[in-house]
Amino acid sequence: MPGLEPTLTHYLLLAAALLVISVVGIIANRRNVLVLLMAVELVLLAANLNFVAFSAHYGDLSGQVMTMFVLATVAVESAIGLALLILLFRRRGTIAVQTLSVLKG
Amino acid sequence: MLALIPLLPLFAALFVGFFGRRAPRDLSHWVCCTAVGLSFVLSAIVLCEVVFVWPEIGTQAESVTLYTWLDLGSTQLTVGFLIDPLSALMMTVVTLVSFLVHVYTIGYMKDDPGYARFFAYIAFFTFSMLMLVMSNNFLQMFFGWEGVGLASYLLIGFWYTRPSATKAGMKAFLMNRVGDFGFIIGIGLLFATLGTLNFEEIFARADELQGLSVSLWPGGLEWSLLTVACIGLFVGAMGKSAQVPLHTWLPDSMEGPTPISALIHAATMVTAGIFMVARMSPVFEGSDTALSFIIIIGATTAISMALLGLVQNDIKRVVAYSTLSQLGYMTVALGASAYSMAIFHLMTHAFFKALLFLAAGSVIIALHHEQDMRKMGGLRRLMPVTYGTALIGAWALVGLPPFAGFFSKEPIIEAARFATVTGHHYAYWALTLGVFLTACYTFRMIFMVFHGAPRYGGSSHAHGASHETPKESPRVVTVPLVVLAVCSVLAGILFIKPMLIGDYFGTAIRGDYVAHPAVAVFHAEWRGILHYFLHAFLTPPLWLALAGIAAAWYFTLSAPTAAERLARQLGAVYGVLKNHFYVDAFYERVIVRGTHSVASWFVRGGEQFWSEGVLVQGTARLVQWGAQCLRYLQTGYLYHYAFAMVLGLLVLMTWWGMGR
Repeated sequence: MPGLEPTLTHYLLLAAALLVISVVGIIANRRNVLVLLMAVELVLLAANLNFVAFSAHYGDLSGQVMTMFVLATVAVESAIGLALLILLFRRRGTIAVQTLSVLKG
Repeated sequence: MLALIPLLPLFAALFVGFFGRRAPRDLSHWVCCTAVGLSFVLSAIVLCEVVFVWPEIGTQAESVTLYTWLDLGSTQLTVGFLIDPLSALMMTVVTLVSFLVHVYTIGYMKDDPGYARFFAYIAFFTFSMLMLVMSNNFLQMFFGWEGVGLASYLLIGFWYTRPSATKAGMKAFLMNRVGDFGFIIGIGLLFATLGTLNFEEIFARADELQGLSVSLWPGGLEWSLLTVACIGLFVGAMGKSAQVPLHTWLPDSMEGPTPISALIHAATMVTAGIFMVARMSPVFEGSDTALSFIIIIGATTAISMALLGLVQNDIKRVVAYSTLSQLGYMTVALGASAYSMAIFHLMTHAFFKALLFLAAGSVIIALHHEQDMRKMGGLRRLMPVTYGTALIGAWALVGLPPFAGFFSKEPIIEAARFATVTGHHYAYWALTLGVFLTACYTFRMIFMVFHGAPRYGGSSHAHGASHETPKESPRVVTVPLVVLAVCSVLAGILFIKPMLIGDYFGTAIRGDYVAHPAVAVFHAEWRGILHYFLHAFLTPPLWLALAGIAAAWYFTLSAPTAAERLARQLGAVYGVLKNHFYVDAFYERVIVRGTHSVASWFVRGGEQFWSEGVLVQGTARLVQWGAQCLRYLQTGYLYHYAFAMVLGLLVLMTWWGMGR
């Protein structure tokens, strides 16, 4: 079925959908910092998907190389994020986002 | 040598002012008396040179420029001296009276804690006065003018712990500012028209001013420039010489120590205005309107102040009002173009009025600072020297021949009679009546203080010290009295001929004797001193003076109750006189309160509302309000920030996309 073969457009649309989902997750999520961290991961996944899709489309490997870097950074970032999350929970006893407003002017 | 005359007192003032408090008391008066004494000797030498040497070599005036203070291209502001018969005479009179007052002060201020300060101030005063009379340009004269005003302010408020003294000092200073405003306008007009401040250049070009006019209001009210300038200068003289209506500071200035009243507020500073007008005679001669203005103001001052002198009970105030009245006489002489007579009366007045003040001071110390004449009396035998000298001073003031006042006052009355400017009839009658009043208040004072029964040491002096009998003052006080008494006797008879008839003043005083014939008539009628002396018995002033003395005797000694009865019967008149014609009250109600209300309006409207409310606090409030608004943006919620970021990104991208 040549008509169902996925093209670059499909990948990009998927990545955009992922991005929108994750952004909405960041903005609309008021309960859980953990969900926030997952949404941030999703943003980066959307970006990775774009890298890989363009890389395949243009036959240029550097996009896929970049994806490796991003994955490593994401791993580090989520490790730090989780560590902060644990500290936060120890300190405040909650990880609800709407309680985190100490910086209010 | 000329520069030393004013500089010696200045150095003395600086030295005593800076080091006097730590140095022994004797040093203060030695330094100041020596400096002023030396400057008197130098002035006398200058005067002798002017009188005896100059006629031989034909010099009329000598102008020396010592120092160029500022060079403004075509205009040079300089410090210099103009020595001519007029300034030489003034220098000698000023330094002589000043020296005598310095000596007198040693006795008068003996126990005062501000001894050195007092000497510093009067030496500074002498310096300023000399700068004023010796100057050869308006700027330096103005400097001296303000310097004497400053000295006067400092010395009136000398006893600064007394609120009345500081108030009087302030009043004198502010009143003089009003006069100075006119003075500056006069100087400014002359400078703007002639482009020079130098006296000799101004005199030489005085004719150029004729016919010029100046508009008092933009686009209208054209007035003769000369008249406006002269009246401006004369307003300055009115402030300094305390002419109606700027006179109210002088009676109040009696809050100062008595030597000051003698030196500044009788003999020298208050005559600065008279001197200035005489110095400016070539300019004033050109404006009949200004002369008319002068003669009317002078006559009004002479008569009204003499009336006020009648109802005073403070010994110094009586003398102060007589000073005002005599200044009015001098001003009338100026208005009648009889400048030499004004200066002559200024000189004799300096002697006899300083004498009267110092005698009053002598009485005041003998009675332990009692100034109320109702608490004096019978001092004739206890203080013979003071009594004798005061009597001579009083005779001179009243104008009995052959004392100095007779020779100087009589010609002024005649000058007013023969003058031609508008208002001279009024001036003549005012001055003639003034003679009667002068005799009345002067001898009322003499009789109340020295004759009759003693009234001092009564219940008002419960603190004991004053129960001892008053005794004659020490030498340092009586010697100046005697010297001044001698001057008051001789100055008139010796100097009338050279100063009024002879050509003493030369070109220093330039009158237009054709247009203003008062002096010329006087010259024409002159038949020698003896004739003048006898002539007095045929003119009303002498008899009026005698009548005044008799009236004073009747009301104070013969029938003391008659005065009270008269005061009751003429209650309204008495009330007006007691309240100084309500001039003080008028100033207090209208000028002072008016200024206050305008000022408080500006404080409320300008300062408190605009400056403070809108500008200063308004800025703060605006910043606060802005910050308050911005606070709502900073919620602290992560998702708000994230939303803002996304929104921002979208906006940027849209903008970027549209730009393509």
